[in-house]
Amino acid sequence: MEMVNIKINNMPVAVAPGTTILEAAHQAGIQIPTLCYLKEINEIGACRICMVEVKGARSLVTACVYPVSEGMEVFTNTPKVLESRRQNLELLLSTHDRKCLSCVKSGKCELQKLCLDYGVDNESAYDGERIQYEIDDSAPHMIRDNNKCVLCRRCAAVCRKWQDVGVIGANERGFRTNISCAFESPLGEVACISCGQCIVACPTGALSEKDQTQDVLKLLADPEKTVIVQTAPATRVTIGEAFGMPIGTNAEGKMVAALRRLGFNKVFDTNFAADLTIMEEANELVERIQNGGTLPMITSCSPGWVKYCEHYFPEFIPNLSTCKSPQQMFGAVAKTWYAKQIGVDPKNLAVVSIMPCTAKKFEVGRDNESAAGVPDVDVALTTRELARMIQTAGLDFVNLPDEDYDAPLGIDTGAGLIFGATGGVMEAALRTAADWLTGGNASGEALEFKEVRGTEGVKEASYTIGGLTLKIAVCSGLVNAKKVLRAVKEGKADYQFIEIMACPGGCVNGGGQPFQPASVRNFTDLRALRAQGLYRTDAKMELRKSHENPSIIKLYDEFLGKPGSHVAHEVLHTSYVKRPKY
Amino acid sequence: MSSKKAGVTFKGTPEQEAKLLEIIAAHKDQPGALMPVLQQAQEVYGYLPIEVQSIIAEGLDIPLEEVYGVVTFYSQFTLYPKGQYKISVCLGTACYVKGSGDVYDRLQQKLGIKGGECTPDGKFSLDACRCVGACGLAPVMTINDEVYGKLLPDDVDEILAKYE
Repeated sequence: MEMVNIKINNMPVAVAPGTTILEAAHQAGIQIPTLCYLKEINEIGACRICMVEVKGARSLVTACVYPVSEGMEVFTNTPKVLESRRQNLELLLSTHDRKCLSCVKSGKCELQKLCLDYGVDNESAYDGERIQYEIDDSAPHMIRDNNKCVLCRRCAAVCRKWQDVGVIGANERGFRTNISCAFESPLGEVACISCGQCIVACPTGALSEKDQTQDVLKLLADPEKTVIVQTAPATRVTIGEAFGMPIGTNAEGKMVAALRRLGFNKVFDTNFAADLTIMEEANELVERIQNGGTLPMITSCSPGWVKYCEHYFPEFIPNLSTCKSPQQMFGAVAKTWYAKQIGVDPKNLAVVSIMPCTAKKFEVGRDNESAAGVPDVDVALTTRELARMIQTAGLDFVNLPDEDYDAPLGIDTGAGLIFGATGGVMEAALRTAADWLTGGNASGEALEFKEVRGTEGVKEASYTIGGLTLKIAVCSGLVNAKKVLRAVKEGKADYQFIEIMACPGGCVNGGGQPFQPASVRNFTDLRALRAQGLYRTDAKMELRKSHENPSIIKLYDEFLGKPGSHVAHEVLHTSYVKRPKY
Repeated sequence: MSSKKAGVTFKGTPEQEAKLLEIIAAHKDQPGALMPVLQQAQEVYGYLPIEVQSIIAEGLDIPLEEVYGVVTFYSQFTLYPKGQYKISVCLGTACYVKGSGDVYDRLQQKLGIKGGECTPDGKFSLDACRCVGACGLAPVMTINDEVYGKLLPDDVDEILAKYE
């Protein structure tokens, strides 16, 4: 390929044609700051922070969207550039609620960092008229505070382009421009799916999860309560990021140690419930295929996806697996079987979950999720909230010892673990289905269904197992789910089984995961790095198939009978409702 | 958050909806279809309430919020119907210096609506305008074709009473 030769700060650089100045500089080891730019999702050149000088150009140009050309000379660090960035920041601050001391984003705020980096020394330089926006706390999972919004539109872009939801966007114009819902409806009243991708995309504290750490502290301090905790598969490979560990580090042992030190009576694992989900879901699939049930069957682990289905594709509700999600299955088993085992009244057993997800906060309040007559799960915290609790408790996370989960609900397999990545549920189901249908006992490489791994939005495969040919699809990011659902609707696809995860890349990239600034997100595939953390651990595990989990075997022996039994239906299955789109 | 849904009951007819669906069908696959569809929809209904915007969003397969964002960006679009009596207060220079701003404020207060909106009973709508060519009578307002001049805020009650 013909390369384009340019100079950045007098250093020669050769890059591919079509490269932007921002990317070219990155390749040359120079970071140009950005605020509104999110690669491939929000390339609008609006915030004017990435301005650089180009020799011969009339004015400064936006590096994020400006393509290089032969002989171009770029200067990223001149007094003119620095002054422009500083002034733009001061202008942004003129309408910004500068309550950094009490802001949930403090220390991780991209605006705050830019102000520090560019030496903004007068935050009131352009004080003038400001609109006071009401804080929107109507949704169960998040809070919107437009007083901290910089109108970068990153939230609106991910909502629309990744999730095909588009319930928030820019309304009005000029000084009155603000990010809100149609007709200024509160977020809790529109067809938001609670995925939280807008929160992780937000550079400031304008969007945040509804913090429930105080609720958990209250439970822990209540002598009447036995408080147990479960941790979702994807949280162990991200919690370390909040404490400076490399992306993709599996910090499971330290997370367990931290939870124990926070005072939880037992530290259990959602992986166990993921294994249970496989037992029920694989059984449901086989039953649907054998009894002429509704196909394709679609997974129901992702509450963001389930809510999307209810709002936007209610005609697919019969296709949704009736299995509760692993989070809810865990709570249901804990408050029925386990509560009896330890002799605790389910009313006094509190289940807290640590989730990579904000939609889990919505899920705990759904109807038909109360196996023991009390909600299966009491509080769902995000990975970020757990990190905050660890910080507040003064635990030195990185230097904690590695500890093991408690039995019996902390016993897991590699199959449950990989639920955290897109394709993981499918692969786990295939591992169990293969053994069941062939009567065999596959191991090693034969357990790895690599076609369903990877971060592509839609993956398809066809497997013939024990005489049964299974056509499957795996999608993540709801814009991809929409494509697949439309193909099914139009008769262009005949899958039997579809895995859908709301967030692109699956739970590892969930809306409740630790913040990574755009400077990292734009040049690193978070989804892949975090997923590798799961697959590396799975490959080393002794038990890699859900049906071999000894706790699962015991649970069926002592309580549930067999998958799909009457008791299993009472405890582990749920129902869905059509919800309005407008 | 004050909702921008019109307080006036939507009275769209099946004929209007058929017309709107025709308009959508005619533009559906064009790039930038939203603007012409909105313009023509406003011609059909006189305004663009949530009922109309939802049909457009569904028809063009775009989120309602995107439709609303465009509607609120351009001043040519309105979310509220015009009332049986259209009140228009001149905020042009001459009227303004003679105190039409106070008259306008009093009307908003009295009617319980903001400029651009319509009372829930559909009776009065209120707008600001720029010069009706009667600067000698400043400050001026019109109600339908009737012109009222040399106004004081306290005149508002008596004038509105004529239309009750």
